[in-house]
Amino acid sequence: MPAIQTETQYVSSIGMEVHAELLTESKMFCGCRNAFGGEPNTRCCPVCLGLPGSLPVANRLAVELVIRAALALHCSISPIAEFDRKNYFYPDLPKGYQISQYDQPIGSGGWLDIETEAGPRRVHIRRVHLEEDTGKLMHLPTGDSAVDYNRSGVPLMEIVTEFPPDMGSADEARAYLVKLRAILTCIGVSDGKMEQGSLRCEPNISVRPTGASAFGTKTEIKNLNSFRAVHRGVQHELTRQVALLRRGERVAQETRGWNEARGETVLQRVKEVEQEYRYFPEPDLLPLHIDDAWVASIRAGLPELPDAARLRLVDQYGVSAAEADLLTQTAAWTAYFERAAGLCGNARATANWMMGELARLLNAANLEIDQCKAGPEALAELLAMVESGKISGKMAKGVWEAAFETGEAPAAIAARQGEQISDAGALGAVLNSVIAAQPDVWQALCAGDEKKLTFMVGQIMKQTRGKANPGEVNRLLRERMAGGAQ
Amino acid sequence: MEPLTYRSLRALRDAVCSGEVSAREITRAHLDRIAEVEPAISALLAVTTDGALAQADAVDAARSRGEELGPLAGVPIALKDVISTRGVATTCGSRILAGWKPPYDATVTARLREAGAVMLGKANCDEFAMGSSTENSAYGPTRNPWNLDRVPGGSSGGSAAAVAAGEVAGSLGSDTGGSIRQPAALCGIVGLKPTYGRVSRFGLVAYASSLDQIGPMARSVEDAALLLEAICGVDLLDATSVDAPPFSAEAVKRGDIRGLRVGVPREFMGDGIDGAVAAAVRAAVEALCSMGATAEECSLPTARHSLATYYILAPAEASSNLARYDGVRFGLRSEGGSGHAGMTEASREAGFGAETKQRILVGTYALSAGYYDAYYLRAQKVRTLIRRDFDAAFERFDVLVTPTSPTVAFGIGEKSDDPLAMKLADVCTLPANMAGIPGVSIPCGMDQGLPIGLQIMGRSFDEENVLRAAYAYEQATRWHTHRPEVAR
Ligand SMILES: [Zn+2]
Repeated sequence: MPAIQTETQYVSSIGMEVHAELLTESKMFCGCRNAFGGEPNTRCCPVCLGLPGSLPVANRLAVELVIRAALALHCSISPIAEFDRKNYFYPDLPKGYQISQYDQPIGSGGWLDIETEAGPRRVHIRRVHLEEDTGKLMHLPTGDSAVDYNRSGVPLMEIVTEFPPDMGSADEARAYLVKLRAILTCIGVSDGKMEQGSLRCEPNISVRPTGASAFGTKTEIKNLNSFRAVHRGVQHELTRQVALLRRGERVAQETRGWNEARGETVLQRVKEVEQEYRYFPEPDLLPLHIDDAWVASIRAGLPELPDAARLRLVDQYGVSAAEADLLTQTAAWTAYFERAAGLCGNARATANWMMGELARLLNAANLEIDQCKAGPEALAELLAMVESGKISGKMAKGVWEAAFETGEAPAAIAARQGEQISDAGALGAVLNSVIAAQPDVWQALCAGDEKKLTFMVGQIMKQTRGKANPGEVNRLLRERMAGGAQ
Repeated sequence: MEPLTYRSLRALRDAVCSGEVSAREITRAHLDRIAEVEPAISALLAVTTDGALAQADAVDAARSRGEELGPLAGVPIALKDVISTRGVATTCGSRILAGWKPPYDATVTARLREAGAVMLGKANCDEFAMGSSTENSAYGPTRNPWNLDRVPGGSSGGSAAAVAAGEVAGSLGSDTGGSIRQPAALCGIVGLKPTYGRVSRFGLVAYASSLDQIGPMARSVEDAALLLEAICGVDLLDATSVDAPPFSAEAVKRGDIRGLRVGVPREFMGDGIDGAVAAAVRAAVEALCSMGATAEECSLPTARHSLATYYILAPAEASSNLARYDGVRFGLRSEGGSGHAGMTEASREAGFGAETKQRILVGTYALSAGYYDAYYLRAQKVRTLIRRDFDAAFERFDVLVTPTSPTVAFGIGEKSDDPLAMKLADVCTLPANMAGIPGVSIPCGMDQGLPIGLQIMGRSFDEENVLRAAYAYEQATRWHTHRPEVAR
């Protein structure tokens, strides 16, 4: 047996490329509407289909949104916005080139701060630039492929972190993305919807032995469409690379896709040579001058950014730092919180409720806070009822679930539910008397005659003059039946 | 009655307005002319008889309602087949776009329609406007009306030949490296490349975007000016179009050129320029001086690098512009090859001609990592130097005068095996594209029964002075009244 050696330790380096579709009315270089989904190929025109003779005309608002983002990320702003062509063949790329920015991005040299276990960490940003999105390639069950060009030409912002990378763990990668998304949604340039692909992130990951100066070979992960996936994907990839190196194998330079179901990254494409994109200045567009006055007016129009909002919430409302983090995850969360807290006057309870019940229901329904039917007014109404003792905390949960589901006002829901008898003790007593009165029916039911269930419910309803909560009665009956059958 | 073909644009329009003839009669007469000479010349890839008659009838109906008619009402025209025409095949002389019917009009097409012009057909050209003889068309060569064994020049050879042969009163071509002016010279007509940005490129199928410019071709300076007036002006659909002071065709006819300072760059009059051509240009300079202009020899030292610069920049842009012909959405799709890459390769292999493939390869190479600085970037720097040379010359001169083509029309097939000799055909016209300035070619002599062209170049957006000099010269000479044999 070989002597036991101290196992080599590794340092991880994580960089990140993030693509965010911009919230413009129209596409980057034509008048087509910029929206998500819809019937394939219903939002395209000669320009975004790359038909012969069509020409791009730059959307000034998209440039403005990128400047906005670059400013919020503390970048310096290039005095001109120049476009370049990135040439490659792919069916979802109608012109055979993508209009992008190569050597002069609109923003460069920026940063954002994240919280880590070891304290605050500054993640440097190399560049923020503007380009156009591609179409979407779909593989049909017939084996054929089809392309939807609705997304073709949608303005896309690319944000690339600096090299050498500042991030070194899955937690940090997620924290970076959470913060970046908070900033982009706060300033209104992106809706931040990862599951719809309007915010896409591609981390690149390498590991190297502690003390080694040269960086390891990096791999890139695609197909990460939630924060959770980012965290799991990065963690999996770090583990995979370290395991490879420990076995004495090499990490190959490749692109890997995250498979959510299998919880692992799988090989997509080996990058043996850097792809040749033959960048050159786009001759169909003139450089756009970004003068100081324009930048100044955009800067003046920036809203309060998440970092500032976070400090203010702690200071002004007395919420915890962790709560403030969550409440500033997007501008919509902050706005929701401030409105509800203002209405009900209890900021702590509001924060508590949002972090608990609201977050839980949004997660379960896979909804964003601005899609939620129960608005801050509803939450304030609910919390006021709890505070005044009109409803119990336990009942509040049910009322809130109903409000979340239907959008009905909590007061109305509570009034109706207050009429109902839902209390297990009270209903249990009624049930006992019904069983005592109808022992044969009860025996038949317990023996499996399901038809008798309706009869029993009817009897209970009769005794309570219709006030029993039918759901609760059903639950209670089934519970008893399970016990009774023993 | 004077025959309707070979009348000027202005005369045709006036005849329609006065009621002397109907637009339908004019259209019919030209369609007859097309039927008569097309078998020999092959200037047109498509004759749009039904559409033309419908447009003519619309003009006649407007007149009968007493409406004011457009400035080109009833004027028969042809468009080079790289200019998009809604619902009418726009092939660019290429197999890869056989049958491609754009769902939209180019801005120039729409503006001509608006002006009342009647489109009779689409004119043949070198594939994607790449060539100097129209021999690179996938649909066969066009023949020079002056001598059917000679080329009409290119790439707008069909547009030039159709005008020279009286098939249409005027036409549009596109000029990336001389493609309007050189065929105009070889066919004995007037051809103008406007300043880059003067005419919208929207709907012009791109060859080299930073050089391409649409311009008029006609049998007189005034007619060319009228066409330019109709098509020029800023266009929101083309970000490179310029909101320049408007161009006035009327101002061109103020023919007085006394005091006009004419520069004669010596680099355009030496080696490689045919003796008869040089003599005709010298005579033209003397004619301008006799009308009160002053002439002086000058130098454009970097202009001789235009050819090399052009053959980096134009193919580089073309290699990218032509990437969209991949068989996915439109145009030819070859069934050979497997998968997307295989299908694209097979489609491009089958769809593009040899010259186009060669330019795509050259351009791809010039843009490749490791070569970009040595080729593309250096060519851009040389282009800047060429532009500066012209700027300096235009501080001393109002216009510059040179031959348009070093020789008269050469034989069909004569230069096919000698690509360098073919490219030298554009040596006098390329510099104006590099500098983005306007240039016109007008007839200034005959040699061996073939026309010689005089090129007049001017400052950016100074088409007025360029055409004023051309107009004055034209009024003082009779070259523009010569008609080719096929006309008789
Ligand atoms: Zn579009």
